[in-house]
Amino acid sequence: MTATDPSKNSLQLTADGQLRHFLTLDGLNRALLTEILDTADSFIEVGERSIKKVPLLRGRTVVNLFFESSTRTRSTFELAAKRLSADVLNLDINTSATSKGESLSDTLLNLEAMASDMFVVRHSQSGAPHFIAESVTPGVAIINAGDGRHAHPTQAMLDMLTIRQHKGGFEGLKVAIVGDVLHSRVARSQIRALNELGAAEVRVIAPATLLPRDVESLGCTVEYDMTRGMKDLDVVIMLRLQKERMEGALLPSEREFYRLYGLNQEKLALAHPECIVMHPGPINRGVEIESAVADGPQSVILNQVTNGIAIRMAVMSMAMGGQMAERSRKLAGRAQG
Amino acid sequence: MTALLEIDRLLDDLEAGLREKLEERGVTSPALIGIRTGGVWLADVMSKRLGLQEPWGELDISFYRDDFSRIGLNPKVKPSSLPFSTEDRDIILIDDVIMSGRTIRAAMNEIFDYGRPASIILATLVDLGARELPVQPDVTGRVLALQSHQRVKLRGPDPLHIELQETGH
Repeated sequence: MTATDPSKNSLQLTADGQLRHFLTLDGLNRALLTEILDTADSFIEVGERSIKKVPLLRGRTVVNLFFESSTRTRSTFELAAKRLSADVLNLDINTSATSKGESLSDTLLNLEAMASDMFVVRHSQSGAPHFIAESVTPGVAIINAGDGRHAHPTQAMLDMLTIRQHKGGFEGLKVAIVGDVLHSRVARSQIRALNELGAAEVRVIAPATLLPRDVESLGCTVEYDMTRGMKDLDVVIMLRLQKERMEGALLPSEREFYRLYGLNQEKLALAHPECIVMHPGPINRGVEIESAVADGPQSVILNQVTNGIAIRMAVMSMAMGGQMAERSRKLAGRAQG
Repeated sequence: MTALLEIDRLLDDLEAGLREKLEERGVTSPALIGIRTGGVWLADVMSKRLGLQEPWGELDISFYRDDFSRIGLNPKVKPSSLPFSTEDRDIILIDDVIMSGRTIRAAMNEIFDYGRPASIILATLVDLGARELPVQPDVTGRVLALQSHQRVKLRGPDPLHIELQETGH
C-alpha cells in the first residue's frame, strides 16, 4: 500500500517532482507530504493577518466542481482560492448542465474554454478526478475534493497538520480511526498518510460489517472492541456514520452502534490522558460522539476546520505552481528548438 | 576585494548610515524587519547596535515573488513573523544584498498586507547594482561592482561573514 505507483506518480508530479495535480496520497513520499504541511504552516500565519490574502494565484481561475453536495469542504476550498487571490466559480453540477443531458466531458471542455486554470472536483464515482486529469483536461490542475470511496487527500492532510500541531510530529504515535471505515474515503487517505509520515501504529476500530475486506492491507491493525482499542491512544479520529451510503442491514440500530462505538467520556478516559479527539465533520452528536467530548478540552475538531483552509491554500498553490512552471519550461524549450 | 568585504567595517558603515538617516527623518522608534535569511541575521545585529527595545520582525517573501508563474512555489517557505503592527510605524527594512530590486518590491507588498506604515527606510549591506526596478536603498554598507562570474553571499549567523564566490567561467 505504501508502494509507489509510477503511473499515478507521473500524473500528479512534474518531471522535476513538483506537484501539478493533487488526486491521491498514493505515490507521494514523506518529503512531499512534509513540504505540504510546512507550506500550510506558512499559510496559517497569513490567516492571522489583517489582510488575509497573498497574490500567488492572481489572475487565475479556479472552478469548484461539486458533483456531490458539501458545505464545509466547498466553502473552505472557496475561501482558500480567494485568499490566494484567484477568481472562483462555484458550480453545483447536480442542478446544472448535466441535468440537461450534457456529458461530463462536454461540461469540462466548456469550462476549459473559459480559460480555467484549476478544477476542484468532488464526485461520487471513485477515480473521477483522476480520469479528468488524465483524459479530459490535462492542462488544468485537478484537485481531488473527495471521490467515491477512494480518497479525500486534502481532508487527510489537514488532519495530519492538526496532529503535528498538537503532538509535534508522528514518531511513536498511536492513532485510531473509529467507525464507518467501509464508506470512508477519508479513512483510506488517513491510513496512507499516517504510515508514510511514520506513525507507530494505525488502528481501525469498527464492527466487521463496516470494514472493507482486507482492511489490514491498507496498513493498519483491526480492533472490534472499542474498550480494548482505546488503550494508550494519542489520537482518536471519529468518522461520521454515512447513513446516506448505507445499503442493506450493516447496522443493528443507531443506538446499538452508539453504545458500542460511540465516543463518550468513559471510553475517552481509557486513552492516553493527552489524547486528542478529531472528527472530519459534519458531526452526528449522539450517534458517533457525545457532545461533552465533541465540545470538550481534548477536542480539536474546530482546529481541523481552520487548518483545512491552510492545507487547501498549500495544495492549490503548489499544484498551480507546478503546472505553470511546466508550461513555461515547455515554452522555453519550443523557443530554443 | 577581501579587505573591502570585512564584515565589521561593513556593519559599522551600515550602522552609521542608519543613525544618520534616522536622525535626518526624525525617526525615534523604528520597527526593524529583516528579509529571510541574511536580512534576519542583520536585523538581529542592527537591533542590538541601535539599542532597539522591540523585537525585530522577519519576512519570507515566497508568497509575493514575481517568478511564481515560472518556477512555482518555493518548497522551503517559512512563516513570516511580525511581532508588532506595521500600521503608522516607521519601518527599517533590511536585507543582505540588493541587485534586481525584485525582492524589495515583494517585501514592500507583503509589509502593506500587515497595515500601512508611516515610512520605510531600506538598508542593505551590499549593493551590487544591476537594478531591474526603480528601487534604491537609503543606506548601504558598500557598493560593489562584481565581474559577471562573481557572487557575494552573507553567511551566518555566527559568525557573520561575507563570502565572495567565483563561479565556473
